[in-house]
Amino acid sequence: MDQIILQILNGLDKGSAYALIALGLTLIFGTLGVVNFAHGALFMIGAFCAVTLSRILSLSHVVLDETKKDFLGKPLKVEVPYANDWFGPELGGAIIDWAVPLSILFAIPVMILIGVIMERGLIKHFYKRPHADQILVTFGLAIVLQEIIKYYFGANQIPTPAPEAFVGSFDFGALIGLDSGKVIYPYWRILYFCFAMLLIGLVFAFLQFTTFGMVVRAGMADRETVGMLGINIDRRFTIMFGIAAAVAGLAGVMYTPINPPNYHMGMDFLVISFVVVVVGGMGSLPGAVLAGLLLGILESFASVREVIEFLPGINQVVIYLAAIVILLTRPRGLMGRKGVMED
Amino acid sequence: MFGLEKRDANLLIAVGALVLLAPIFLNPFPEGSALAQFNAGYPDLMQRFVIFGIFAIGFNILFGLTGYLSFGHAAFLGAGSYAGVWMLKLLTINVIPAIVISTLVAGVFALIIGFISLRRSGIYFSILTLAFAQMSFALAASVLTPITGGETGLQTALDDPRILDAANESRNIPAPSLFGLHMNDSAQLAVGDWLWTFNVGYYVAGIVMLAAFYVAIRIFRSPFGMMLRAIKSNQQRLNYTGLNTRPYMLACFVISGMYAGLAGGLMVSMDPLAGAERMQWTASGEVVLMTILGGVGTLIGPVLGAGLIKYFENIFSKINDNLLHQWFSFLPQGLEDFVVTIIHPFIGKGWHLTLGLMFMAVIIFLPGGLVELGQRASKLFKKRNPPQTGGQKEPAE
Repeated sequence: MDQIILQILNGLDKGSAYALIALGLTLIFGTLGVVNFAHGALFMIGAFCAVTLSRILSLSHVVLDETKKDFLGKPLKVEVPYANDWFGPELGGAIIDWAVPLSILFAIPVMILIGVIMERGLIKHFYKRPHADQILVTFGLAIVLQEIIKYYFGANQIPTPAPEAFVGSFDFGALIGLDSGKVIYPYWRILYFCFAMLLIGLVFAFLQFTTFGMVVRAGMADRETVGMLGINIDRRFTIMFGIAAAVAGLAGVMYTPINPPNYHMGMDFLVISFVVVVVGGMGSLPGAVLAGLLLGILESFASVREVIEFLPGINQVVIYLAAIVILLTRPRGLMGRKGVMED
Repeated sequence: MFGLEKRDANLLIAVGALVLLAPIFLNPFPEGSALAQFNAGYPDLMQRFVIFGIFAIGFNILFGLTGYLSFGHAAFLGAGSYAGVWMLKLLTINVIPAIVISTLVAGVFALIIGFISLRRSGIYFSILTLAFAQMSFALAASVLTPITGGETGLQTALDDPRILDAANESRNIPAPSLFGLHMNDSAQLAVGDWLWTFNVGYYVAGIVMLAAFYVAIRIFRSPFGMMLRAIKSNQQRLNYTGLNTRPYMLACFVISGMYAGLAGGLMVSMDPLAGAERMQWTASGEVVLMTILGGVGTLIGPVLGAGLIKYFENIFSKINDNLLHQWFSFLPQGLEDFVVTIIHPFIGKGWHLTLGLMFMAVIIFLPGGLVELGQRASKLFKKRNPPQTGGQKEPAE
């Protein structure tokens, strides 16, 4: 029992990362009809927003500390971040400590800007071209973005820790009446899951309960008619692209403490996210979220030792196997709509 | 000639001449000159040109003719490589069984994957092939280690059985050979300052590539090829006329997979080492890049694309800052540093960035790749435009 709960929890954090990326992919596909292979790169850029901000915040200068002496009796040189000078050591330290959550505020405008530039500058010209061309040009873009990040940040993983308050684990078992110490789970991963759910909820609420969202949904259903009603649907779709980019970016920001970012993390996630989108059903937003979480959980169950002993290597391939089975039995995916990408 | 139209025969002869004379004209700069590092005429790189040429020709048969974009083609290359190394280990160090068996193994592998993947088309097909390739990669790198050598890769060893060969007396691991001709043997010819290297392995691979190219021309011009093009332009219409397109697609996929396996077999014949990373999806992406860059659906395009990318990978990635400073030393100091700083991200380790930008530019401005570039250029020079060699026009859609 505790094992099962633990694996479900394990699957949820990775699954929610899949769900967030897949949600953005589906959003782009549903609005613009473009298959965006550069979406993983957006996830990665989001993660590097967090790295950048934490570097900016901890910019420091050297001062001589008169109270401490080195072995020669001279004052010790100490690096003091500017944040400490400006806000005092306590608030400054807290700001540096909370760099990753603060990056959310930093990443949202950056990612929306990147998304809008991408759509207006490049993808706009590919609506009329075949899907293969769209895949290829975004694939090329993903390579370029990856290489730019690699140029500035190097090829190694960059550890970006979570705030002090979230280090440590939460005794989940005790909460639901199991023995304490059986089901423990890091705070940050729980936070990640909650954050992902909040973000997904926000996106759905935005689409469902605002006039803007209503117009976008109408545009997804029938773009031409909405355009004929005198609404500039292109501009709204561009904004949706920006939002999708921001969702991927935020997924990346919050993922940095779980997995130190490196320049190819986006591609690793992208391949799986595509599988997630296809399993969920192309163009179905709830399907993408559901499939993301399910596949995350499935993957963590397949990584249990007993399962691996029984079926060696299953943890590596289970997602792809699930995708193959689903595509062959339910060609539209779990919640796919009729008439979307039925070629 | 050879059952080809005149234009195709000319193309084949031209490619043949290029392949046979490559060691000479790929070394245009004299040995020891400042530009000698742009020479591509060394065996390792030339082998890669032709081998990846085969891979790209095969990929083009699938993508260029039918429009089905496979993102998992490297799986067949990898499967062929493993099969080839096992033949070198178990049967004989002669490369012929390795090449033949690796082609067949990749064909069978493609039959299985194609049978499942081809139930879907469009983006779903791409994802399914990608999923299969990633699965093969993951399995080859972990669970199948006894067969594939896992992370370290599979290579020949001193105590391999090699049942068809005479007992190995020497203390060295035998190098792959063709009836006694070692693949890594080379003859060198110095003419003036120029040094030309004629490598056995390169010529073996080159001749196989010419054969593969010939088969590709025949496929392009055959009724079968016509049928594949019809699938690309309108599969639904074909279905309505009562044709079952599945067998054609499957045959095409298997042929394409066999080309990849052939390339894998040749690769291990030159250097008997197969690793799992050959199956990774980046490798699949690479062959897509080659084909697009050269020109999809054209005969010569994929070969050009493969050559260009491999050349970039090997030559441009070697340029470093010192060299740039040398080249731009004629500029005033400040300007020189400025130019070098601008170019720096695009060379050396950054060549992937150049590749990505080039690739995007090709997709955006030149969907027909290098071949289209050539056609446009020749249009500029000649007022009247005779049909270009190899420039296979797509059927009207």
